[in-house]
Amino acid sequence: MNHDLSRLPDIIGRYPRSPQSLIAVLQDIQRDYHFLPCEALKETAKALQVPLSKVFSVSTFYNAFSLYPRGERVIRICTGTTCHIRGAKLIQYQLEDKLSIKAGQTTPDLKFTLEVVNCVGACAMAPVVIVNGKYFGSVKVSDSKKLLRGSKDAR
Amino acid sequence: MRVESPRHLAELQQAFHAREIGFAKKLHICCGPGCLASGAADIVSKFKALLKKRHLTDFSLEAIKETGCHGLCEQGPLVVIEPDGIFYTKVKPKHVETIIDSTLERNEVISELLYREPHSQRCVEHYRDIDFYARQHRIALRHLGRISQYDIRDYLAQGGYSALAKALTTMTPDQIVSEVTTSGLRGRGGAGFPTGRKWATCRNAEEQPHYVICNGDEGDPGAFMDRAIMEGDPHSVLEGMIICAFAVGSAQGYIYVREEYPLAVQNLQLAIDQASDYGLLGDNILGSDFSFSIKISRGGGAFVCGESSALMKSVAGDVGEPRAKYVRSVLKGLFDRPTVLNNVETFANVPVIINQGGERFAELGMKKSTGTKAFSLVGKVRNTGLIEVPMGTTLRQIIYDIGGGILNDRPFKAVQTGGPSGGCLPESKLDLPVDFNTLTEAGSMMGSGGMIVVDDRTCVVDLAKYFLAFLLDESCGKCTPCREGLYQLHRLATKISDGEATEPDLDKMEQLSHMVIIGSLCGLGKSGPNPFLSTVQYFRDEYLAHIREKRCPAGVCRALIRYDVIAEKCDGCLACISACAVHAITGKKGQVHAIDQELCDKCGACHAVCTRHAIEVT
Repeated sequence: MNHDLSRLPDIIGRYPRSPQSLIAVLQDIQRDYHFLPCEALKETAKALQVPLSKVFSVSTFYNAFSLYPRGERVIRICTGTTCHIRGAKLIQYQLEDKLSIKAGQTTPDLKFTLEVVNCVGACAMAPVVIVNGKYFGSVKVSDSKKLLRGSKDAR
Repeated sequence: MRVESPRHLAELQQAFHAREIGFAKKLHICCGPGCLASGAADIVSKFKALLKKRHLTDFSLEAIKETGCHGLCEQGPLVVIEPDGIFYTKVKPKHVETIIDSTLERNEVISELLYREPHSQRCVEHYRDIDFYARQHRIALRHLGRISQYDIRDYLAQGGYSALAKALTTMTPDQIVSEVTTSGLRGRGGAGFPTGRKWATCRNAEEQPHYVICNGDEGDPGAFMDRAIMEGDPHSVLEGMIICAFAVGSAQGYIYVREEYPLAVQNLQLAIDQASDYGLLGDNILGSDFSFSIKISRGGGAFVCGESSALMKSVAGDVGEPRAKYVRSVLKGLFDRPTVLNNVETFANVPVIINQGGERFAELGMKKSTGTKAFSLVGKVRNTGLIEVPMGTTLRQIIYDIGGGILNDRPFKAVQTGGPSGGCLPESKLDLPVDFNTLTEAGSMMGSGGMIVVDDRTCVVDLAKYFLAFLLDESCGKCTPCREGLYQLHRLATKISDGEATEPDLDKMEQLSHMVIIGSLCGLGKSGPNPFLSTVQYFRDEYLAHIREKRCPAGVCRALIRYDVIAEKCDGCLACISACAVHAITGKKGQVHAIDQELCDKCGACHAVCTRHAIEVT
């Protein structure tokens, strides 16, 4: 796959060229490209002088990194304990059904990515769903269509 | 502006304090995670837009404060009007104009926005009179909801950084360590290690340089105290860290923040920049010879990185795998150098200890667990939110007096403390005082402070399975007993919830649990079986109901339940039909619906959407 790698030198240049910067650089690449393109991993390894195997190891260890392209709209369902006992699974089933994908997958048209996340610390509003960074609290099963549109009126 | 001396700091504090009390009225709008999720940002912008146009006499736009979490998240978005402390709940953008007209302009209280006590339905006008707040004692959360989370001037107006000035000018590093030791402060991240002893060891370590790290990787699901402090009162954490750095002789500190907390990263960075501008961080702090700077290190979404040695590897840009503890991280920590690692809440307590003295702090709480502890009280409880109580308060006082009892008056079943490393305590343990030692003896643990209340509709087998799945996913994979043991425990728990287990399976799980505990290196594996062990200890009957009778008493485990329409209650509204993902429900508008048990996958969506309670679970 070919990706526009012209933004890479700028991202890598934000941090000192040392192995210590690895996670920070990968986080910025992830934020910019919404995933870690293979070529970007190679470039990072070269620039920070760490073995490619280590770059790969770090990118697969942390949940924040994805090696596959993600959708335009990333829907994250909180499955922390409180959300779990207040019905997060139900919301997950509904969204999986509506999008015909499982949590962790992206729709073939790259419109939606569905993810589960272990607690976002908004437990008082459980169950919580985050759509492109926007928090929706006290989500009900009947809200799933609205969540796909990315808008749900506050309570 | 650089603050050149402690005297200069005192003058600034006075000037900012005078400015604060000069505001005839102040609006404190909660912008904590809970209130933001229910629309607080819209309320802030509406207040700003309207007040810009209206030019109220005696009201300054600067008196609109976007504060951190007030605590009573369930009732959000919250707006408090100071100095009277009028407390409005569930505020919507449409109420903004009324609040300006009535309360700001004419001093009239809007009764429908006031908080009602759950039992008496009594309307409470003032913040301080609400049971939820009146019964708390706030030290670590002292500024939350009271100051703007974006403005160092608000922190200074409250006397902020005076503990730093006191430490730098009137105390030696040894005196600081001894004051913290006297206070009896123990690490608030869960392990409860005496903070003073940790600082003393690092201070005396010969190798240089020394590092200070603040652990903001609050990974326990159901806990958000540290998030609230980092977002709502970041300077108290910074002040605690700077004092620690001076005491242990460190020039560089790190704050490790979870990837899931972007707002905490943003607010901490803002606070670091502001403190640096004022000369409270960086070179020659407050005109002294002492220099210290702080960098933020963002986590990558790995639970195990809350463990000290894994966290330090992650800060160094590596995979976060824990290492053996025979070499202590306080001697060989970050980059193999002496390192003090404390939790957010621990650091937030430090300025108070320095200002008021360790002895005064030690008077609060219990003998071996001094001071207070912040908890996030969540789950099936009426007043969910953030609280802080003296150590030794009983679980019953927390859940019933502060929490207002169980949601919808259902029966209490258990309270889960300590996150995935903790356990569930039943009703018979409700009168236990909450402190480090008592909870551990009862089979749970204090942990970082998540307190999740569950009612009779929560299945303990499902809950244990949930935690095992969580840990299985988060285990770093280094130790075989943890990696494979948790996998087998989860497999067996699934067997129970599927109704396919036998009684020997339960014995096998207990044996395996002890092996995982003995054979794992770090806290994740060592305490991983706790949720299972504590539930089987206190709720064995419920496990046996799944195994012997193939029945889930709470109506949760999908393989053992069925959903039916109660014909007398169904009004044929079609809601369940459109909610059913597998098209198992049939019926026409106005006619009683029916569920095809062959097709039904027991997801419970119909039960959740039915407003007439016409779907029953058996």
